Amino acid sequence: MTTAARTRLDSARTALSSACSEVVDATPADAVDGVPVGLVARPASTAEAAEVLRAAAVFGLVVVPRGRGTKTSWGRPPEQADLVVDLSRMSAVVEHAAGDLIVKTEAGALLADVQAAVGSAGQRLSLDEVVPGSSIGGTLATNTSGPGRVAVGTARDLLLGVTVVRADGVVAKAGGRVVKNVAGYDLGKLVIGSFGTLVIVTEAVFRLHPVPAARRVVSVSAGSPDDVQRLVQLVVHAQVVPAAVEVEWSGTGGGTVGVLLEGTAAGVEGRAAATIALLGGDAHATDELPAGWGRLPWADEPVAGRPTALKATFALSALSRVLAAGQAAAGAAGVQLHLRGSGGAGVLYGALPAGTDVAAVREVVGRLREACALAGGALVVLDGSPEVKAGMDTWGPVPAIDLMRRVKEQFDPERRLAPGRFVGGI
Amino acid sequence: MSGTHGTETTAGPVEGHVPPEATSATGEAGDNSAGMAAVTRVARATLSPNGVIDDPTELRTYECDGLAHYRVTPALVALPETTEQLAAVVRACSEHRVPFVARGSGTGLSGGALPRADGVLIVTSRMRTIREIRREDQRAVVDPGVINLDVTRAATPEGYYYAPDPSSQQICSIGGNLAENSGGAHCLKYGFTSNHVLGAELVTPQGDIVQLGGLAPDAPGYDLLGTVVGSEGTLGIATTTTVRLVRLPEEVRTLLAGFRSTDEAGAATSAIISAGVLPAAIEMMDALAIEAAEAAVHCNYPAGAGAVLVIELDGASAEVEHEYAQVERFCTENGAFELRLATDPAERALIWKGRKSAFAAVGRISPDYIVQDGVIPRTALPEVLRAIAALSSSSGVRVANVFHAGDGNLHPLVLFDDARPGAGRAAEEVSGAILDLCISHGGAITGEHGVGVDKAAYMPKMFTDDDLDTMQMVRCAFDPDNISNPGKVFPTPRLCGEVPGKRKHAHPLVEAGLADAF
Repeated sequence: MTTAARTRLDSARTALSSACSEVVDATPADAVDGVPVGLVARPASTAEAAEVLRAAAVFGLVVVPRGRGTKTSWGRPPEQADLVVDLSRMSAVVEHAAGDLIVKTEAGALLADVQAAVGSAGQRLSLDEVVPGSSIGGTLATNTSGPGRVAVGTARDLLLGVTVVRADGVVAKAGGRVVKNVAGYDLGKLVIGSFGTLVIVTEAVFRLHPVPAARRVVSVSAGSPDDVQRLVQLVVHAQVVPAAVEVEWSGTGGGTVGVLLEGTAAGVEGRAAATIALLGGDAHATDELPAGWGRLPWADEPVAGRPTALKATFALSALSRVLAAGQAAAGAAGVQLHLRGSGGAGVLYGALPAGTDVAAVREVVGRLREACALAGGALVVLDGSPEVKAGMDTWGPVPAIDLMRRVKEQFDPERRLAPGRFVGGI
Repeated sequence: MSGTHGTETTAGPVEGHVPPEATSATGEAGDNSAGMAAVTRVARATLSPNGVIDDPTELRTYECDGLAHYRVTPALVALPETTEQLAAVVRACSEHRVPFVARGSGTGLSGGALPRADGVLIVTSRMRTIREIRREDQRAVVDPGVINLDVTRAATPEGYYYAPDPSSQQICSIGGNLAENSGGAHCLKYGFTSNHVLGAELVTPQGDIVQLGGLAPDAPGYDLLGTVVGSEGTLGIATTTTVRLVRLPEEVRTLLAGFRSTDEAGAATSAIISAGVLPAAIEMMDALAIEAAEAAVHCNYPAGAGAVLVIELDGASAEVEHEYAQVERFCTENGAFELRLATDPAERALIWKGRKSAFAAVGRISPDYIVQDGVIPRTALPEVLRAIAALSSSSGVRVANVFHAGDGNLHPLVLFDDARPGAGRAAEEVSGAILDLCISHGGAITGEHGVGVDKAAYMPKMFTDDDLDTMQMVRCAFDPDNISNPGKVFPTPRLCGEVPGKRKHAHPLVEAGLADAF
C-alpha cells in the first residue's frame, strides 16, 4: 500500500468510526482473493451501512461487501480493496409472517438460521445451502442454487423485495413484502448474481414454501453421457413431478441420476414406485439423500490447495453433449473432471483438482465452453488458483456487456464497489 | 385442458373515468415534427406499405389500450414484421429523439401502451410466429406478438403448456405479458411471467439488438432480462422470447365452494395456505361480483352465497387426491354450505367462466367502473375486505370484489354511473382509498396490471424519492434520452446526467394535474 493510500485510509478511519461502531484494521485473513484489505467495517443496521458507504464515498475508498466470507474468492480478484463492509452483525431474521409465507431477513443472516426460524412453522426458504455457512447476502450476490431449483427455481424466483445501499450511501428499496407485486422496476433481479458490484444488499424479503411431509430419492446408475440424458429426459417428461433431478458424473466415467420426490407420504410412495419403473436398471429409492447431494463438487476435493470451480449452463437437451465434452477434454488433458449438478435444470458444476496444470484447465474450460455455447449457455470459472484466474477468461463472453457496463456506470460511476470482480472487468 | 389453465371470454376494454387532457405526459402532436417526418420516412422505407399508418382516422384505432378512458392518438403507427424492421424504426426514433411506445394486443389495464401524441406506436401484432416448441428443452421460442394461449395450444400436443394465464390470454400477447410481468389466476403456484421468460432478444432504445438470457439458465452478468420483464416497455422492446413450458398436470380438480360471507371464505383460504397446501389457484368473488357474473354468463354459482371460492388443485394424482380432501375439510370447517367439484372439462370451464368473465360482467350491473389491482398480505384479507365494505357503505359507492385470494391480489371493481354528477369523483376517491388501504397493510399498488400511466401518481405512496431515483438509474442506463414509453411507471422522470433544459416539462404528470386525478 502506498503512503498516500495509507494516509487516505487513516483519514477515512475517523469518519468511518463515527459512522459505525465497529471499524477495525484488516488482517491478512480479510484479504479478498489475495488482495489485501485496509479496513473492515461491521455495520449493525442499514442506516449504519449507509453511513459507512457515505464516508467511503467521501474518501474515495474501494469497497468490497462481505456476508460471511465463504465465497469471497469467487469471481475475479478485485482491483483494490480499501474497505470490507462486513454484514455479519446484521444477522437478524427480522420478520417471519408464517400465514403469508414470507420472511424478511438482514443480509448477514445465515441461511441456516433463516431455515431454522421458518422451519419451526413447517416452512422453508427453498434455496439450497450449497456452500455451508453462507449468508443471505452472499447467496444473493453469487446466485448460488442447488438441486431444488428444478421445482422452485432460484433466488430470482423467491426474492420479493430488497433494501440496498448504493455506492453513494443512499438507501433504496424495491419490491415489497407481498408475493405479487409489479410496481416499479424489480431491482432484486439486478442485484442477484451481481457479485457486490452494484449495491450492498442489507435486507431481503423472500417467499417461503411449506416443508413437504415426505421425501424419497430414486437413484439409478448411468453408463454413458447418452444414458444420463435419456434417464433425465424420461423423468422430466413423466408425471412424477420431481423436486430435483441431479446428475453425478465422476472423473472416471459413469454416473448417477438422482430424482428427489417430495409431497405427501402416500403420494411420494406412489411416485417413487413410478419413477423406479420408469428408469429401470438398478433404480432404487432411499429416504436419505445420497452422499454429496447438493454439495458443490469442488468441496469434495482435499482442503489443501485451490481446485478449479466451474459452472456450466446449457439447454436441457444438451446434457449428454456437455458431459461428453467434459469427459473428452479431461481425457485429452489428462486430468480428473468431476461434474455434478442439476441435470433437470441445465446446470452442472465441475471441479478440477488443485494443482492441475493451467494449460490443462484452459483446455477443459475451452471445450466445455464451446459445448455450452452451442447449447445456448455458458461456462464460467467461478474460482481457482491465481494462476488459473490469470491464465484465462474466467467469465467468458457475455452478450449485452455494453448494457451491463452502462448499468454499472449509473450505480457506481466511480467504480468503487468490488471493481474488476465481475464480467467484462466490471 | 379446456378451461383448466384458462380459456375464457375475451375481455373488452375496461371503461372508466376521467380522460386526461392531452398533456406533456402523453406528448403534444406536432412536437418535433421534423423528427417525426424523418422517422416516418425510415418507416416507409423499411416496412411493408400497409405497415405504416399515418391516416388520422386509422390512427384513432390505436388511441387506447385496455384502459379505455385514457386516449391519445399517436402521430404514427408502425407494424414491423421482423426484429430488424422494428429495430430500424427504434433507431430512427433514437436518432431523431422521437418517443415510441410498444404495443402488443392492447389489452393492458394500466394504460401502459397509451400512445404518445408526439411519438410512434410500434405494434407487434404482425410478429406472430411460434418459432420453436422445444419439448426436449421444455422451452418455446416465440415472437412478441404471439398470443399467450397460442403458446399453450402449440405445446399441448407435446404434453406441455405455458403457465402464466392472464384473464385476457385469448388475445393478449407474449410481448405485452413480458412488458407487464403479467400474472393470472394460476400464479399462486406457478409464478408470473418473470418466472417463465428465460430469454429475449431486446431492441434497446438506441435500436440495437441484444440477446438477454436464452435456452440455458443463469446467464453470466447482470440479470438484465429479469429487470426488463415488468419494466412496462420503458427499457426497450423485447422481440423473440424464450419461455418455459410446464408439463401438463396428471390431474386437475376444480372446486367451487359457496360461503355466507367473505370472512368465511377468507378464513378457509388462510386455513388452506397455512396447512401447507399450495393449490394452483384460489379465487374469490363476493356477492356483488357473483350477481354480475350470473347476469352475464349464467354460471350457476350457489344461490345466496355471500362469497365463492374457486379452488384448483393440480399435479400428480396421488397428491391431488390428498390435497383435495384437506381443502374440502377446510372449506366445510369454515362454513362452506355448498361444494361443487368439477368432474369434467365442461364443468370446470363453467366454474372458471363465472370468475374470468367477472370484469366484463360488471358492466351488466353498472354503467361505469374502475378496476383496482392492489395487493395485501393474504392474512390481512378479512380486515381489508371489511374496511372496503365500510368505505363502500360510508360513501354509497358500490364495490364488487373479485380477486386472487391465494396471493392477496385484490381486484375491487368500483361501480358508478358517470351520468350522475360527482359519481365519477366519488368512485375515484373510494378507489384511491382502497389503494391506500393496501399500502398501509404493507402491500402494493399493483399486483399484475402494471403502473402504466394510471398508477404512476401512486408510486410515491409506495416508494421514497430515493427508491424511485434508484430504479430510474436503470432507466438511465437503458434509455438516457427517455424515449422508450416515456411518462409511464414513474411520476417524475430522472434526468440522466445530460444537459438540463432539454425537456420542456420537468414533472409532466404533476404539472398536468394527473396526481390530483386520484
